[in-house]
Amino acid sequence: MNGAELLVKSLECEKTDVVFGYPGVSICPFFDKLTGSDIYPVLVRHEVNAAHEANGYYRTSGKAGVCISSSGPGATNLITGIATAFADSIPLIVITGQVKSEHIGSDLFQEADIIGACESFVKYSYLVRNAQDIPKTVKEAFHIAMTGRKGPVLIDVPVDVLLEDGYEFNYPETVNLRTYKPTLKGHSVQIKKIINELSKASKPIIMVGGGVKLSGSERDVLEFAKKHNIPFVSTLMGLGIGRDDNPLYIGMVGNNGSKFANKAINDADCLIVAGARVADRAVKQPDLITKDKTLIHIDVDPAEIGKNAGPNIPVVGDLKEVFSELNKFEDKFDFSDWVNRINTYKMTREGLKESTNLYVDPKEFVYSLTKRLKDDYVIVTDVGQNQIYACSNFVSLGAGFVTSGGFGCMGFSLPAAIGCKMGDPDKNILSFNGDGAFQMSMAELSTLKQENLNIKIVIFNNKALGMIKEYQHLKYNNNYTFNELNGFPHFEDIAKAYEIDYKECHSNDEMENCIKWLLKAKKTCILELNVDRDAFTCMNI
Amino acid sequence: MKRIFSVSVENRFGVLSKVSSLFARRGYNIESLTVGETHDPTISNMTIVSSGSPHDLEQIEKQLNKKLDVIKVRTFKEEESISREVILVKIKYSAANRSEIIEISQITKAEIVDTTDSNMILLLCDTPDRVDKFIDMIRKFSIIELSRTGTLAMKKCK
Repeated sequence: MNGAELLVKSLECEKTDVVFGYPGVSICPFFDKLTGSDIYPVLVRHEVNAAHEANGYYRTSGKAGVCISSSGPGATNLITGIATAFADSIPLIVITGQVKSEHIGSDLFQEADIIGACESFVKYSYLVRNAQDIPKTVKEAFHIAMTGRKGPVLIDVPVDVLLEDGYEFNYPETVNLRTYKPTLKGHSVQIKKIINELSKASKPIIMVGGGVKLSGSERDVLEFAKKHNIPFVSTLMGLGIGRDDNPLYIGMVGNNGSKFANKAINDADCLIVAGARVADRAVKQPDLITKDKTLIHIDVDPAEIGKNAGPNIPVVGDLKEVFSELNKFEDKFDFSDWVNRINTYKMTREGLKESTNLYVDPKEFVYSLTKRLKDDYVIVTDVGQNQIYACSNFVSLGAGFVTSGGFGCMGFSLPAAIGCKMGDPDKNILSFNGDGAFQMSMAELSTLKQENLNIKIVIFNNKALGMIKEYQHLKYNNNYTFNELNGFPHFEDIAKAYEIDYKECHSNDEMENCIKWLLKAKKTCILELNVDRDAFTCMNI
Repeated sequence: MKRIFSVSVENRFGVLSKVSSLFARRGYNIESLTVGETHDPTISNMTIVSSGSPHDLEQIEKQLNKKLDVIKVRTFKEEESISREVILVKIKYSAANRSEIIEISQITKAEIVDTTDSNMILLLCDTPDRVDKFIDMIRKFSIIELSRTGTLAMKKCK
């Protein structure tokens, strides 16, 4: 066998069923040996989308997403997607072709030091020197990507290594890395301290972050909250864990979250942060959060604890392990008075609907649409106003919520939606896009057609880069420069070019019918919303 | 606050760059960095001297521990350590200052390791602050070249 075949066989051993990629001279040996394998390759239209699709694939399948590109520009095009995954701790296996080993460092045609370029946003990287190292490298890469704090792992393979012939395939059964042993089991003394702290607290609250999803500990955390009647809030990355029909779930925190969720955090005397970074967008002044409350921070990554706010009780461990330990304690508390008090903070949406009928109110649209969605739906947002509309008006009743939270990468939604669909074909996938972001990713419509996928695409078209406009309104005295998108292209014609069903929603009056049309569609479709170019998101209820 | 990090790492290509880029990326200061193989040829030891707020220093330790090529991080204050630096300095001398330079060498226990009729190279191995003092003392002479290793340190036996 040659190196390429060893690579294909190794991926098969890791139960990889889909890879997202783009060919090129230095990675061709791999695609050559993919013929005859059960691994299904998806040909993207730009390498960055391969990484976003692998990202989406993980979100619905729970398996590490694999993306592959050639050397040089193919590899560097992946970078934004790798960084996007890294910021949200998404496990990717990124395989890049490289020029011949003997030529590395000589600035050959299509040579790039991709390992050097990606150093600060991969969990680990490998430059494979010999074909016989490929199985061990792949085994380690999947282990590293999927354990501890998850993240992307890069494998750079020179073309001569892929072509090196004459090897038997032996896949290692175990991984032995002396430098990598993530702490999964929480320290029992620290866990006991949490229970002690709860016995003293009168207004505790849990903040669930993306780490809860990543560790698969949703049930354990919800069970813990329910057992003691502890209210909980969510960060952007934790959206979907709490459902709006659960009285313990208060809403999303942060500068785009709800006022009452933020108030609940402020009023609490004990804050349990579970798998969240206490990042700048979730907590305005992280260093002040401990001023009048006890902070308990549980995270699998010790470097995250104390980075932005110094906790009183740090607990390093996998959330699933920690919460199942917590649930074993017989102590039982009841904070229902506090829950009832917070619930009085909540406000209804009555009277919030825009009265104008010239446009579609995007907030009302997200609300009306998402309140119908159960757990057979996944919403994938882009970045910009559509993301803010989506997260702050999302009615959580089981639908999944996928977004680029940490990195805020525009052009994420459409490719990530494709990945979500490939990861779980039974889910209905809704892709929210701004007209700006969609123009960064719309070449992927072609991939979507080629793979014959059914994705419901919504374009919030305000003919401008709305988020920037809003920022210029707030910070630059309404000096609206460099954000007009002149209304082109006509998305109806784009839809026609790709033979995709299309409908425009002109005003609030048509909203109901359009939502019905969108949900009923059996094929990929685009719903374009006519959004006021002066509509702003700044409505925290 | 000054802090010494003695870091055992995998002895592989690229590891030095991964560790030093961590400092660069997060804006941590490196005062000195020395690397060398240990008695186990698969392991190198890096001695990194850094300074910063207690919060920064804690983060440095955590971030170093997070690197997959890092085997073990030991961290200690200067006074808890045995630390040494080596300095080589090439000086242009004349008959007028030759004896003064020799005198300074004798006081500081520096060694004259090379001489010609106009230049000499002095070598000193001492604690970082005594190396600093030595530099102050020879500064008035005509220094052609100066090179120091950076701190090599180990925690005291107690």
